[in-house]
Amino acid sequence: MAEKYKRDDVVAARVITLCDGPGCMHKGSKELLSALKDGFREKGLSYRDVKVNLSGCLGMCARGPVMIVNPGYTIYGNVGKADLEEILEEHIIKGKPVARLVIEENHLYNKFFRVFGDVGFFGKQMRIALRNCGIIDPESIDDYLALRGYEALARVLSSMSPEEVVEEVKRSGLRGRGGAGFPTGLKWDFTRKAAGEKKYVICNADEGDPGAFMDRSAIEGDPHTVLEGIIIGGYAVGASRGIIYIRAEYPLAIRRLEKAIKDAREHGIIGENILGSDFSFDVEIKLGAGAFVCGEETALIHSIEGSRGMPRPRPPFPSVSGLFGEPTLINNVETWANIPVIIMDGADWFSSVGTEKSKGTKVFAVAGKVRNTGLVEVPMGTTLREIIFDIGGGIPEDKKFKAVQTGGPSGGCLPEEYLDTPIDYESLARAGSIMGSGGMIVIDEDSCMVGIARFFLEFTQNESCGKCTPCREGTKRMLEILTRITEGRGMEGDIEKLERLGKTIKKASLCGLGQSAPNPVLSTIKNFREEYEEHIKEKKCRSGECRNLLEYYITEDCVGCTACKKVCPAGAVTGSPRERHAIDIEKCIKCGQCLAACKFNAVKTA
Amino acid sequence: MTKVKDERSERLRQYMDECREKEHSESQLIAILHKAQEIYGYLPREVMDEIAHYMNIPTAHIWGVATFYHYFNLEPVGKYIVSVCMGTACYVKGAGKVLETLKKELGVEVGQTTEDKMFTLQEARCLGACGLAPVIMVNEKIHGDLDAERTAELIKEYRNRGG
Repeated sequence: MAEKYKRDDVVAARVITLCDGPGCMHKGSKELLSALKDGFREKGLSYRDVKVNLSGCLGMCARGPVMIVNPGYTIYGNVGKADLEEILEEHIIKGKPVARLVIEENHLYNKFFRVFGDVGFFGKQMRIALRNCGIIDPESIDDYLALRGYEALARVLSSMSPEEVVEEVKRSGLRGRGGAGFPTGLKWDFTRKAAGEKKYVICNADEGDPGAFMDRSAIEGDPHTVLEGIIIGGYAVGASRGIIYIRAEYPLAIRRLEKAIKDAREHGIIGENILGSDFSFDVEIKLGAGAFVCGEETALIHSIEGSRGMPRPRPPFPSVSGLFGEPTLINNVETWANIPVIIMDGADWFSSVGTEKSKGTKVFAVAGKVRNTGLVEVPMGTTLREIIFDIGGGIPEDKKFKAVQTGGPSGGCLPEEYLDTPIDYESLARAGSIMGSGGMIVIDEDSCMVGIARFFLEFTQNESCGKCTPCREGTKRMLEILTRITEGRGMEGDIEKLERLGKTIKKASLCGLGQSAPNPVLSTIKNFREEYEEHIKEKKCRSGECRNLLEYYITEDCVGCTACKKVCPAGAVTGSPRERHAIDIEKCIKCGQCLAACKFNAVKTA
Repeated sequence: MTKVKDERSERLRQYMDECREKEHSESQLIAILHKAQEIYGYLPREVMDEIAHYMNIPTAHIWGVATFYHYFNLEPVGKYIVSVCMGTACYVKGAGKVLETLKKELGVEVGQTTEDKMFTLQEARCLGACGLAPVIMVNEKIHGDLDAERTAELIKEYRNRGG
């Protein structure tokens, strides 16, 4: 068996890795793949000489389609069909990278560049959870095995007792990556010690935060790492069954997981007497059906049991009484992906990365008004500024940075003065936001903060399961107030009402959804109170996003073409043909149709 | 209840037979509903009754589950399902305008299907293509970097493709 896996061609030979995440797919990687086939034929290349991998999202969506070519691990961006011939001829056949297509920026320094080459996007990153993403073929168990895959599992089964595994995870300082940051080792310990006939291990892949896609990419790019983590967890807590609960909206990730499970079973890595030991464990996939609240662990368990995904009060915690009433260990995808590394490289090495209380790395999905959108994995303690400006490349069109939103609908908006906050669970909480699962949305001066708060609350209000009153009724009332503020009907005292409601909902709600739902509102009130006041008192929105607060008028550029007059549904535009028109602001319903209809740029807003 | 013995219900039965073999078979309900929707395109009332009988699960429970999760459609859907991503990145980059354009072009509200059964308009949670924001998904295909104009063009394209 050992001989079979002594393949050095996986990283050493000529490899073309093509990103097939949705970003790159949209920009043409599918076409590239078929063009590659033609190119191979023309150049007389065979797939035996040159390996072609599909990687899953590499996280450089803004510059897709992205391709990594070995030798040299050169990263090419914006690759078109026309560029393929040159890449094949120059790089693959002659071994010289095609300079004009290389994505390169400033210098980098960590060990990551040995694999990925000298590229600025990766410079401040350190990849643990995503270490194989983009390097291996996610659908090949051989690729994974060649890069020390399942070595951690083999070590655990051959030379470590379950207690020792739990101890190692405890010592690593790893904390839950799903959002709350509970010490992972402690959770494992509770589950291991809990009495139960049968125990379960669950992987939470119900990634629901809008703007976050870390878990999807981790599974699409390297499903075996997650699987290996789960099996090790099963051994440590004494479980015999593992369940991966994943969103039905992620078809590619589901397919790759299914393939990984099948391959692992054929290799004796899942099933009876794993790798010849007396440990038996099986894994199955369960599909979610689109309910945000199912990311909460007790709701998730109800959903797996085939019921409505509603949370229940804790205690008892799932580690004592979880799935089908048995002790259950639930961790998030990214948490599981860290486990094999902790076992292989040791808790001491792992805990050397990061800050005092937050160890290791964290994956973020950076999106919004930033140049390089995509996935980044950075050591804990990296500052928000480094992520947004060094890795993310700053704000496009030289607009002004206004805020960064971390933690999705449960998190907060942090303004410029918090940019130097190091990323760790405690610092972000002190600043008034949360780590969350890793969504990071950059907001520039064009966005209205009241509108952003309203957007998030609309989301959580809609996803509230309705079981407990504070969340069900409270979020509804808050949303009503926010809506009237953005529509210009805000009242004196609304801000205070929002604060009071928000605090009550946080205290009195049953689960994490309600307990965190007011965060976006409370943090924008704290950091951008003047915007709320402008909306309420002066009926003004400085970003121009709240349409109802705009006043439309017609400038002297008007030639009197009557286009605006024709489309106005309220009859608010007056004026004769070939003369400058005017808008009656009393009648105007602010639908914006005149602005859209004007070909002379004469309709303006203030 | 009339027992329609067609190929579709046969397929669903086969699947339910597999589920009945498993431990905690009642926990397979969501998987069965997924299968039913895959077969029928939505969840017709009779099919849910059939599942209730066959799996020995109260209809009320099935109804409760089917209405709880956004993924399940209780009404027939159009040929093209147009899902507008309302994720944060798309929102910041103007998903609202795209949605309005779609409502205007199609003449339906979110959750409704056009009269010719061509389009169903939906809002989606983050589709994970934030780098291309704002995006919409038509059936399985993602279209990104949209504005009002390009959205309208896209709908025209699909309409021309016909039913």
